[in-house]
Amino acid sequence: MNHKTLFITGLVGLLLVFIAGTLFYTAQKEKQAVQAAEANRASLVRMHSPKLGKASAPVVIVEFFDPACETCRRFYPLVKQMMAQHPGKIRLVLRYTPFHGGSDQIVAMLEASRKQHKFWPALTALLTSQADWVQHHTANPSLAWKHLEGLGLDLDQLRVDMAAPEISQVIAQDIEDAQTLNVTKTPEFFVNGKPLPSFGYEQLKTLVDEALKATQY
Amino acid sequence: MNTTKTYVPIRENTKAWTLIFSAWLVASASTLGALFFGEVMHLPTCVLCWYQRIFMFPLVLILPIGLFPFDRNVLRYAMPLAGIGFLIAVFHMLLIAGLIPENIKPCAQGVPCSETVIEWFGFVTIPLLSVLAFLGILLLLITAYFRSSK
Repeated sequence: MNHKTLFITGLVGLLLVFIAGTLFYTAQKEKQAVQAAEANRASLVRMHSPKLGKASAPVVIVEFFDPACETCRRFYPLVKQMMAQHPGKIRLVLRYTPFHGGSDQIVAMLEASRKQHKFWPALTALLTSQADWVQHHTANPSLAWKHLEGLGLDLDQLRVDMAAPEISQVIAQDIEDAQTLNVTKTPEFFVNGKPLPSFGYEQLKTLVDEALKATQY
Repeated sequence: MNTTKTYVPIRENTKAWTLIFSAWLVASASTLGALFFGEVMHLPTCVLCWYQRIFMFPLVLILPIGLFPFDRNVLRYAMPLAGIGFLIAVFHMLLIAGLIPENIKPCAQGVPCSETVIEWFGFVTIPLLSVLAFLGILLLLITAYFRSSK
């Protein structure tokens, strides 16, 4: 074998091993994630979680999210759009995974807004203004307050409610469930209990479309 | 057409070529392995691992440049990389073994280098693989250096 052929054989061989290894490993991981989600159904949806959409909707998207996470901000309107395209068919359940520093305080704000029935407007307001109150990947709650003005919230009451122990319990439970389900990055989506095969909008859309199709019959 | 003595004897160069090619195989396998750990398995990469990558990855490009056409000067460029990479890998392994005290540990943030993320068969760790790879490359290159004619 001449030198060039030898070199090219070596190169192609190594790359093939790498690609085969990658495919095998990701397939293996995917299988494990599906099994983990199936085995831990109870951890997926809790009574306390904020929900949007009809309770009878055939497709349930569970989203583990962090209000300070930029990708979560970018996905939020996309998910809303999907729900608008299929009215009454999709239900969104939000779970908190405040991985960013200070983000748990933002979650507490959202939960306190929920007591005043303003959760979704508050969430939209905070996500739209995210760049204002997240600095160097750390949430700064003191900068977030002003974005809650004008929503008709009683902010004094909100401050009192934020300290309520049930809110920290909700956050602790969500984080525990995230660990059980192996959620280490946000946002993480589960569509009717199935995790995304790999992260991305297209993957989410495919999974939702499949779920919608499966319910048509 | 007369073959004069100034020509490098073909046989010896073939030997050196094969040695450098083998070193390239080891470097490429190590590079792909490191990428597999980092990008496919998403294992955290500590500071010392990054330094070892800095000395391993360039070999994948430099060595073939010296193979086509054969240029023994490539050994002079590649050996310092392999040598320094080897020293860092040894340092890393001593750190994991606990032979180097905590306070020299250069990583303050992120993943501590003294943490063991993989242990196969009870003794194979990533730093051990790195030491073996660098040692293998270094030995192959040194042999090639003495086997090839100047």
